[in-house]
Amino acid sequence: MQTEKAFLKVQNLGKSYKSDGPPVFAGIDFEIHRGEFVCIIGHSGCGKTTILNVLAGLEEATEGVAVMLDKHISGPSLDRGVVFQGHALMPWMTVLNNVCFAVKSKYPDWPKAKIAEHAQKYLSMVGLVNAENKKPSELSGGMKQRVGIARAFAIEPKMLLLDEPFGALDALTRGVIQDELLKICSETHQTVFMITHDVDEAILLSDKIMLMSNGPNARIAEIVVNTLPKNRQRATMHHDPLYYPMRNHLVDFLVNRSKDLQAKSASGVLDGHKPVIVRPGIDTPLSQ
Amino acid sequence: MKKASLRLKATVLSLLVLFFLLLIWQIETLPKSAPKPVGAATSSEYADLMSAGGGESTQKSGFPTPTQLGQTIYKQLSNPLYDNGPNDKGIGIQLAYSLARVGLGFLLATLVAVPFGFLIGMSPLAYQTFNPFIQILKPISPLAWMPIALYTIKDSSISGIFVIFICSLWPMLLNTAFGVANVRKELLNVAKTLEVSPLRKAFLVILPAAAPTILTGMRISMGIAWLVIVAAEMLVGGTGVGYFLWNEWNNLSLSSVIFAILLIGVVGMLLDTLIGRIQKAVSYAD
Repeated sequence: MQTEKAFLKVQNLGKSYKSDGPPVFAGIDFEIHRGEFVCIIGHSGCGKTTILNVLAGLEEATEGVAVMLDKHISGPSLDRGVVFQGHALMPWMTVLNNVCFAVKSKYPDWPKAKIAEHAQKYLSMVGLVNAENKKPSELSGGMKQRVGIARAFAIEPKMLLLDEPFGALDALTRGVIQDELLKICSETHQTVFMITHDVDEAILLSDKIMLMSNGPNARIAEIVVNTLPKNRQRATMHHDPLYYPMRNHLVDFLVNRSKDLQAKSASGVLDGHKPVIVRPGIDTPLSQ
Repeated sequence: MKKASLRLKATVLSLLVLFFLLLIWQIETLPKSAPKPVGAATSSEYADLMSAGGGESTQKSGFPTPTQLGQTIYKQLSNPLYDNGPNDKGIGIQLAYSLARVGLGFLLATLVAVPFGFLIGMSPLAYQTFNPFIQILKPISPLAWMPIALYTIKDSSISGIFVIFICSLWPMLLNTAFGVANVRKELLNVAKTLEVSPLRKAFLVILPAAAPTILTGMRISMGIAWLVIVAAEMLVGGTGVGYFLWNEWNNLSLSSVIFAILLIGVVGMLLDTLIGRIQKAVSYAD
């Protein structure tokens, strides 16, 4: 498991907003390997977004470090593309210009035509070639989020950070975009760190699911290895014998264990605790 | 279709209201037949004093009728650019003077307020530092600056421009600062993660994001500037619509005064519409 050199390494990360209060989260340790799709699940307020912002370089942690490719993350970088929760498109720019703005930031020396061509390539990847001259306000929520994804991919980042990108979308649109994301990621071998609240989304997309206990004093309690086969699909995934053990494990965690762990963590029992690595359906017996 | 018919109805009603206003005006100002001396002798002396009972058979109200106003408007507009010396210039020339003063003062104010507002909006320190000054200077009537301006500048025309500058400054400054300070954090984070240079961020992210708010400030400023220029020109005299109005009052030519009032209203509306158009062009739907 640990043979390959870690692409991203987070050590003892902690954040507190008040110096006298308990930290939002503390002692966060994890690694992400090149090409891995990692999801993080936890209840609201456990600091998922803060962790993502630290990785993006938008926020600073109170303690601990995040290292990507042997370099400390100390500020935003074009090496890490971010897809924000609320699409965050410039409302006065057309769809194409929104992507071009990002491409131009990454490749300032490129001529205009090349920038546009590059942007169009990524827009067509998310199926938006026909909407390139529209303003974001003329698009549906799903289309806006697709532009956000195209913009993040267009700068060809070494790592992609997604903050609940599909949270505001209806189930149908969400499914379609999840499929697109899965396709693009497997084609480009993109390394992804994604926050989600949706257990099925995590099972479909990720190789590894990190479970956070509740905040304050949140920890990464478990790292669940996705035991479903790589070529899983939304339509057939739930027929896999490993699907329900996996899903039940995740839901059980969110419903019960995340709370218990918070109490333990607050009383200091978990200090120095490393997250448990779990393979549901393989480590545990299949029958429930 | 329904919207169009609403507009049509409104137009018809507007014209009706106008018609009735003019009608009432016309009736009220019509030459009245001389009042018959009413009985008592005490009032006849009074009537003599008022020269009503004199030889005249009709009495003229001093207030112009709509017809007279129409004649004045026609006369003024048919020859707007004549120049017969300092006190007798065509209305076109007077208007040009006023517009030039407002334009220049407003332009100078924009050049100062927008960059300075940008600074204040970007930096909480700058905001806190300058806010007390702005709060004290803002409520001062721009005309209160006139003596200081006249004393230091020693030129009435430039003083007028200065007064316009001062009154246009504050709304633009505060709106720019507000717009810049309230650019959505998400958009700034996008710029950060894309490592956009400060200059590119200022012109391609913050400026377009704050543009609608800045233009709102400009619209308010322009409204105030047009209010103030009339008063300023009345005060310093020489040229401009404000001076024209005051001069016609001194000539007791009320129809010219009313003409000037209408003109000020129409030009003010046009200026507001102009900035409104620009505002619409830079606005965006979220």
